[in-house]
Amino acid sequence: MKISISKIIIFSFTIFLLLVFWQGLKKDNNYDTENLIGSRISSFQLIEINNNDQYISEEDLKKNKFTLINFFASWCAPCRTEHKYLLNLSNKNKKIKIIGINFKDKKKNAINFLNELGNPYNFVGKDINGKISILFGIYGIPESILVDSDLTVIKKIVGPIDKVQYNEILELVQ
Amino acid sequence: MKISFFLLVVYALITTKTYSSESQNRLLEVYKNLRCLVCQGQSIADSNSDFAATIKLVVEDQFKEGKTEDEIYKFLMNKYGEWIVYQPTFNKNNFLLWVLPYAVLIFGGFIIFLVVRKTKRNKVN
Repeated sequence: MKISISKIIIFSFTIFLLLVFWQGLKKDNNYDTENLIGSRISSFQLIEINNNDQYISEEDLKKNKFTLINFFASWCAPCRTEHKYLLNLSNKNKKIKIIGINFKDKKKNAINFLNELGNPYNFVGKDINGKISILFGIYGIPESILVDSDLTVIKKIVGPIDKVQYNEILELVQ
Repeated sequence: MKISFFLLVVYALITTKTYSSESQNRLLEVYKNLRCLVCQGQSIADSNSDFAATIKLVVEDQFKEGKTEDEIYKFLMNKYGEWIVYQPTFNKNNFLLWVLPYAVLIFGGFIIFLVVRKTKRNKVN
């Protein structure tokens, strides 16, 4: 039986295309910044929300065993839902320090937000124009980043912290 | 004296404007090659989202610091992965995309060459 070369080529090409499409369908196309896990955070300088002379940098985070960096804003509704978990973390676990970064917000509104819901943060800094958020690979808030004393990202949470993620954080810092 | 001062001012204004438009063009080129991660199918240049506005600020800052376009892309890829740039770099995951068009072109040329040669031979015979 004679099989022509063109038929073999067409058959191979069809199989190749099917394989490519199959691989493409299997791939998760939802964007996330999971790639940051395991990397070190950039140098930064974060000015305190109430006092322009007071600031922290990455060097200060090295003193903490674990630091949770949380981006929040008073205008962000999901930030309200995750706030109770941040308060729990702050009250129940002494190994973890929480840094709040107030994102593109008015100072007065941010302070009212913390007065109303409670302040879980060891330091509240301001990111008025959002430039600091880019250093942390943030693309929407709330987002939280858990780093160890080497400044290595060990967990990144996009969206509000829920019960499952709260428990995961507790496990990681044990 | 007055005329030379006037000419100097005019020259300064013209050169500043040219420089500014050149920088704006370079910035626009960078924005066009950056994907807005929170928008559907829009580049940073097209988008008015909060995220795009912040990226524009950061890119502008880095330009002012004297960083090259490649350095800016590298910085952003480091933070957001390769997805943020429209033009991906050559790597093992996408080498087929880069190589396949050339391979198909060469293969197609070869097939055409064979067909033409066969047709010529048939005509001679």
